[in-house]
Amino acid sequence: MVEFFTNTYLGMFLVIVAQILALLVPLLVALAFLMYADRKIWAAVMMRRGPNVVGAFGLLQSFADFIKYMVKEVVFPAGADRAVFLLAPMISLVMALVAWAVIPFNDGWVISDINVAILYVFAVSSLEVYGVIMGGWASNSKYPFLGSLRSAAQMISYEVSIGLIIIGVIISTGSMNFGSIVQAQDGNYGLFSWYWLPHFPMLFLFFISALAETNRPPFDLPEAESELVAGYQVEYSSTPFLLFMIGELVAVVLMCALVSLMFFGGWLSPIPGLPDGILWMVLKMLFVFFMFSMVKAITPRYRYDQLMRLGWKVFLPMSLFWVVFVAFAAKFEWFWGAFARWG
Amino acid sequence: MTIVALAFYLFAICAIAGGLFTVISRNPVHSVLWLILAFLSSAGLFVLLGAEFVAMLLVIVYVGAVAVLFLFVVMMLDVDFAGLKAEMAKYMPLALLIGLVLLMQFAIAFGAWETSQGADAARAAVTPEGIENTAALGLLLYDQYFLIFQLSGLILLVAMIGAIVLTLRHRADVKRQDVLAQMYRDPAKAMQLKDVKPGQGL
Repeated sequence: MVEFFTNTYLGMFLVIVAQILALLVPLLVALAFLMYADRKIWAAVMMRRGPNVVGAFGLLQSFADFIKYMVKEVVFPAGADRAVFLLAPMISLVMALVAWAVIPFNDGWVISDINVAILYVFAVSSLEVYGVIMGGWASNSKYPFLGSLRSAAQMISYEVSIGLIIIGVIISTGSMNFGSIVQAQDGNYGLFSWYWLPHFPMLFLFFISALAETNRPPFDLPEAESELVAGYQVEYSSTPFLLFMIGELVAVVLMCALVSLMFFGGWLSPIPGLPDGILWMVLKMLFVFFMFSMVKAITPRYRYDQLMRLGWKVFLPMSLFWVVFVAFAAKFEWFWGAFARWG
Repeated sequence: MTIVALAFYLFAICAIAGGLFTVISRNPVHSVLWLILAFLSSAGLFVLLGAEFVAMLLVIVYVGAVAVLFLFVVMMLDVDFAGLKAEMAKYMPLALLIGLVLLMQFAIAFGAWETSQGADAARAAVTPEGIENTAALGLLLYDQYFLIFQLSGLILLVAMIGAIVLTLRHRADVKRQDVLAQMYRDPAKAMQLKDVKPGQGL
């Protein structure tokens, strides 16, 4: 029986499918409740009640929305490029989901343990922009087109600083594998051994860049309701719109996972002596997601020129300087070797 | 057939189909999308070769940045397809001739290509034993060919600065945004409230 799963192609295929399902099903179910939590937090800050009708405390609101999206009619705008119009939301969702293949939740709990894991996540998340651009173009409509142009410029700008921040973490670790990155943060001082302390300013830069990269407020310019109606999503309805929305939220949760892996020690426990485990990873991701929701609730939207100026004139020089600084600090073991963890 | 061979043929066919449709598709935006498929498939081929770092760079640089810029430009083009097709028909014989010449040259080159056993072995095992692909590339670029690598970086920097210098013009008759002036503006002085009496005006 064991040989069937380790030696035959069918067996290995079944094992991989089972692993993928074991990751995706909890993720997508959690997504429904994260959406609910997002709206509840947003409402609480605004002193509203938020969703509270469907199910106890409105817990089933997301499922009601899901059914509503599924049973509506798919509308194609006149003159739309049908193939690209349908391809765009699929790309948006698929690109957000395939990045999870290399995200570990515990020591060794990962579908594909590859050497260049962090580059893979970066590469896949840089492809997410295609869903937005293609959706905006294929709609054959003015507002979606403007929205997609904005998002193309925005996502590319902030990818640059995300990439440089990732390079800093890679230099400190000496590896691009998430397992090694988390192991490098394992120390005698619990949460003070994690990368958030030596890479302190970059934690904030990464978080803000992640907001811009996933089109979350205050950088939700591609879908700015007050200027562009809903940006690239204007012409979408029913399931394609749902795919866009799930894709966006999955990308947000992915960014939460990245922040907790790169800066908060992944599955390591914050207090020395307590056992490490998946629970810590989930708690850290939830904490970062809470911060995402709070930012959405309390910040007004940026103006477009401010957004570009912040990306190119503030974040890019700062993160570039940080790469040079980390390189020196790691090479000469400044700060008691806090930046050189490859030993 | 093993899984690797299957994956190789899948990626190879996708790459060739992507390249073909890039050329023959009518809509330039579709062309760019097919080009992206070709890039992604070649990244898959690199992974099969064991060069995962190059594969990821191909996706990040070409698909994530260069192709986005292509798409950006092509989306905003207002292309006259009928005119383009007429022009294409005009130059078709010349293009076919050049293609034929190129094909023949390749056939001659690869027909007479002979490699020694040692060269084949060196090509098959570029990565030293015990070092992963990325580290091997880093050692090569930053230890062995450090100066050449830095020089090529400098050339790119000069090209970038050159492009900026060539296109940067300060026109005196155009109002420009002064960010610092905006930031240090005193809100109290920006607006005056006047109590206008009825029938009097200011």
